[in-house]
Amino acid sequence: MNKKPAHELLSLLKNKKVSAVEIVKSTYEQIEKHEKEISAYVTLTKELALKQAKAVDEGKRSGPLAGIPIAVKDNMCTKGILTTCSSKILHNYLPPYNATIVEKLEAAGAITIGKTNLDEFAMGSSTENSAIKTTKNPWNLNCVPGGSSGGSAAAVAADETVLALGSDTGGSIRQPASFCGIVGMKPTYGRVSRYGLVAFASSLDQIGPMTKDVRDCAILLNVLSGYDEKDSTSAKLEAPDYTKALIDDVKNLTVGIIDELMGEGVEGSTKEAIEKAVKLLESKGAKVKKVSLPHLKYSVATYYLIAPAEASSNLGRYDGVKYGLRSKEAKDLITMYKNTRAEGFGPEVKRRILLGTYALSAGYYDAYYLKALKVRTLIKEDFEKAFKDCDVLISPTSPIPAFKIGEKANDPLSMYLSDIATIPVNLAGLPAISIPCGFANGLPIGLQIIGKAFDEETILKAAYTYEQNTNWHKEKAEIR
Amino acid sequence: MSKYETVIGLEIHAQLATESKMFCSCSTKFGAEPNTNVCEICTGQPGVLPKINKKAIELAIKTGLALNCKIEPMSVFARKNYFYPDLPKAYQISQYELPIITGGHLEIEIPNEGENSNSRLRKKINITRIHLEEDAGKLVHKGAERIMGSEESLVDYNRGGTPLMEIVTEPDIRSPLEAKIFMEDLAHLLQYIGVCDAKMEEGSLRCDANISIRPVGQKELGTKTELKNMNSFRFVQMGLEAEVARHTEMKASGEKIIQETRYFDTKTHDTKSMRSKEEAHDYRYFPEPDLVTIEPDHKWIEEIRATLTELPEKKRERYINEYGLPNPIAEVLIATKSISDYFEECLKIENKPKEIANWMLVNVMAYLKNKNLDIKDIVFSPRELIELIKLIEKGTISGTAAKEVLIKALETGKNIKDIVSESGATQISDEGALQQIVKEVIKNNPKQVLQFKSGKDPVIMYLVGQVMKESKGRAKPDLVQALLRKELS
Ligand SMILES: [Zn+2]
Repeated sequence: MNKKPAHELLSLLKNKKVSAVEIVKSTYEQIEKHEKEISAYVTLTKELALKQAKAVDEGKRSGPLAGIPIAVKDNMCTKGILTTCSSKILHNYLPPYNATIVEKLEAAGAITIGKTNLDEFAMGSSTENSAIKTTKNPWNLNCVPGGSSGGSAAAVAADETVLALGSDTGGSIRQPASFCGIVGMKPTYGRVSRYGLVAFASSLDQIGPMTKDVRDCAILLNVLSGYDEKDSTSAKLEAPDYTKALIDDVKNLTVGIIDELMGEGVEGSTKEAIEKAVKLLESKGAKVKKVSLPHLKYSVATYYLIAPAEASSNLGRYDGVKYGLRSKEAKDLITMYKNTRAEGFGPEVKRRILLGTYALSAGYYDAYYLKALKVRTLIKEDFEKAFKDCDVLISPTSPIPAFKIGEKANDPLSMYLSDIATIPVNLAGLPAISIPCGFANGLPIGLQIIGKAFDEETILKAAYTYEQNTNWHKEKAEIR
Repeated sequence: MSKYETVIGLEIHAQLATESKMFCSCSTKFGAEPNTNVCEICTGQPGVLPKINKKAIELAIKTGLALNCKIEPMSVFARKNYFYPDLPKAYQISQYELPIITGGHLEIEIPNEGENSNSRLRKKINITRIHLEEDAGKLVHKGAERIMGSEESLVDYNRGGTPLMEIVTEPDIRSPLEAKIFMEDLAHLLQYIGVCDAKMEEGSLRCDANISIRPVGQKELGTKTELKNMNSFRFVQMGLEAEVARHTEMKASGEKIIQETRYFDTKTHDTKSMRSKEEAHDYRYFPEPDLVTIEPDHKWIEEIRATLTELPEKKRERYINEYGLPNPIAEVLIATKSISDYFEECLKIENKPKEIANWMLVNVMAYLKNKNLDIKDIVFSPRELIELIKLIEKGTISGTAAKEVLIKALETGKNIKDIVSESGATQISDEGALQQIVKEVIKNNPKQVLQFKSGKDPVIMYLVGQVMKESKGRAKPDLVQALLRKELS
C-alpha cells in the first residue's frame, strides 16, 4: 500500500478498498524493515499517526489528504513534537506552536509519519552534516541521498512514506529528489508560508512537496499554497487548483535549454539524459531553443554571501538562554554563549556563520553583501530576459548523480559547486521542479524544469507530459 | 581662557501607545506577571516571523506630521545584530538606512539671556529622523547590579517587542536647559497627539544625548561623548550640566576628550564612563528579509493627518483669541491633554468658556491635585459640570452652595441633581419660609434697623447678609432684599 502514490491511495480509500489504518500500518512495516539501513527519520510519530488514521476511518478526520502518510522535514515546527533541525543545539526542542504548513496538513487530514533527517539547519547537499545520523541513498546505500532534505527524499524513495515535505534554499528539495529518483518542487518564493520553517536564509527559503509522481506534487502543492498573514513575504495571490494543469500537452510551449548548465562539469550520462528528455518534449510538439544566462556563473559565489549573511543573523538566537542546549561549561554570560555555540553547532554551520558575519561586518558590507545583492538582481534579470521567449527553462538538476558518502565531506567547495543548477533559481525566487529522467550506473538522474514566477502550472504541465511518456518515476529502488 | 559653546543633539526613545506589540499580537500592558504577555514571536522561537503592527506605523506617521517632517514613501526595516539575554532573537528589528520619517522640527521657547527674565525666545530644533524599532526585555540580577558578577539573572520578555520610536535631533541644542525644555515640550506634544504617554520616570520616554563643546565662533564640532541614563527631565539638565562641566575642565587643563559612552550617576550627580569607541559594537545591520518595505499611500497619510488633534501651541492661541481667556488660564488648560479635552467637551454642551474654565480651574483641578488624580479617573462628567453652572444661573443654587455640591459630586460620583435635591441646597424662593427669618433678623438687629429707617439705605445690605447667613446661603438675595424693604416700610 505504502508503495502507491497518494492519488491512487485516495481513490482506494474513497472506494473503501483500503483503510487509512492499513496504509499507515504498511508504511510503518516498511520503516521497520528498512529504516536501519536508510536512516531517514529523526523522530517517528507512530502512535499519533495510528490515532489519526483511525479517526479518518471513523469519518472524524477528513480533507483532501485524509489518510495519506506524510513525512515532515525536521526544520518545520510541530507543536509538542521534537523539532531538532538535526542539530545538537536543538536536540531537545519542543516547539510551542505549529508551522502554518503543519496546520494546513492537519486541516487536510494528512497523517504525520515522522520528522525527517537533514543537513544541520538545512546547510548542506548530502545530509552528512546532520548531527544526528547519516541518511543513505535507497538506490545505493554507499551513496548520499543528497541534501539538505535527504531524509524526506530517501523516505519517499524507500516507500517509508507516501508524501514528504522539504525546504529548499539553494536546491535542498530538488537535488535530493534528483539523487533519490523522486519528484521535488520548489515553489515560487512567497507561494508557500514560511511561518514555522526554522530559518536558514530567509530571502531564499521555501517549503515544497517531495512525492512519487507529478500528480502527487500538484495535490500536495494545492494544500500548501496560499497567502498567510503570519508571513509578510507570502504572496497575496489566489492559489489555483494545480491538478488542472496536469495535461499531457506541450504543443504551445517553448522550452529553453540553459546553455551554461549543459557544458563543462556535467557528467556524461546526465547530459545525455537531459538531451533525450528535451527530444521527447520536442517530439510532443514543444518548441526548443538554447538560451544563455551570462551571470549564472556568479550564482554560487553570490549565494555563499547572501545565504550565510542571513544565516549568521538567523542563528544568533541559539544562545543557551531560552531553549535547546546550554553548555554545562558555562560560568558566566560570555562563556555560556561561547561554549553553547561551540558545542551545539557542527563545522558546516560554524563555517557559514563565520562567512556571513564577515560579509556583514563594517567595512566589508559594501564589497561583499551589497555587491552580492546587485549580482542577484543581474541573475534575476537574466531569467526575465530568457522568459520573454520561453515558457519553461530546462537543465539537469545536478551536474552529477549521487556521490559516495564521505567523498566530498572534506571538500566543501566542490560540494558547493554541485549546486550550480539549483542555486540561481532561489536567487531569482522562481519555481522549479526536479523529476526523474534516467539512470547513471544505477543512480537516478533529475531533470530540472524552471518556470516564471507564480507559474507553477506550466512547470507541472511540462513535467506531467514528460512523465506520461516515460516510466522513470515507476522505477523502485531495491534496497540493499 | 576662551569661551566655549555647548553643542547637544538628542536621541529619544518613545514607547508607542499601541495595545499590542510591534511584531506580534501580545499585549503591551505594563505590570503583568513576568513572561505572561509573551508568545512564540516575542520570545524568538525558531521559525517565527514578525508581522508589522499597523497602528505603530500610524502613530509614527502622526508624530512625523506633528513635527513637520517628511513621511518617506518607502522605508525599510533592518536587523541590528548583537547578543544579550534580553534580546531573544539576538537581533533587534529596527530601521537603519531608510527610516520612516525624515526632516522636521519642533519650536521651543527658551529664556532670553541678558534681557529681563520674563522675555522668551522662540527657537527651532531640527529633527533629523524618526524610526521604528522594538524594545528589549528586562533583566533582573541576583547578587550584583549587572549581569557580570551576578549569581543568577532572570529575564522577563513582557516588554520585549514593545513598539519604540526613536527621534533623533540635529545638534541644534546649545545648553542643558534647552535640552530639558525640548524634552518637556516634546513629551507634551507626544502626549497631546496620543502617541506616547511620555513619562520619563516610568521609562516610556528615554533620552540619550550627544554632547561636545567648541570655542565660540568655531564651525567644526569638538569631540563628542554620548550620555545615557538621564531618566527624568531634571536629570537631563543635571546630567548634561555635569558633562559640560567635565568637558570644560578638561579643555581648561589641556586634557584630550575621548569619544566614549558615559552614564549619569544619579547618586553622585556626575558622569561615568561606560565604554569607549573601540569597544563599540559592530551591529552588522542589513535589511530585514522577513518583512516587506513600508509604503504608506497618500490617502492613508491624509486620514492620519485628519485624526491629528490640534497641537498645544495652536490651541493656546485659540483659547485666548476665540474664547477670550487670559493667557495663564489658557496655559493651564492646554498643559494636559485630558484637561483640555474635558474643557472642550464642556464647551460642546454649553458655549460658556469663561464659566467652565473658572469652575474647572478653581474647583475641579484643585480637587484633582489634592487627591492626586487625573481628570480621566473621575466619574464627574462635563455634562454634570454644565448642569451645575446652569443651576447657578437659574438661581436654583447659590455659588457658595454650588461649591459644596461639586465637592460632593466629585467625591461620591452622584449626579448634581440628586445631590441638590437630597441636601436641600436649593435656594429658598418661597416667601413664607423666608418671612420667618426676615422677621427674626429685624428683631435681632435693632441698631441697624434704626440706622436704615433714619435714611442710611446701604445698611439694607448688612441685613440681607444676616438673612443669607441664617438661611445657610440658600436664600435668593434679591428676594430677601424685597422682603426686608417691605417689612421695614
Ligand atoms: Zn508576542
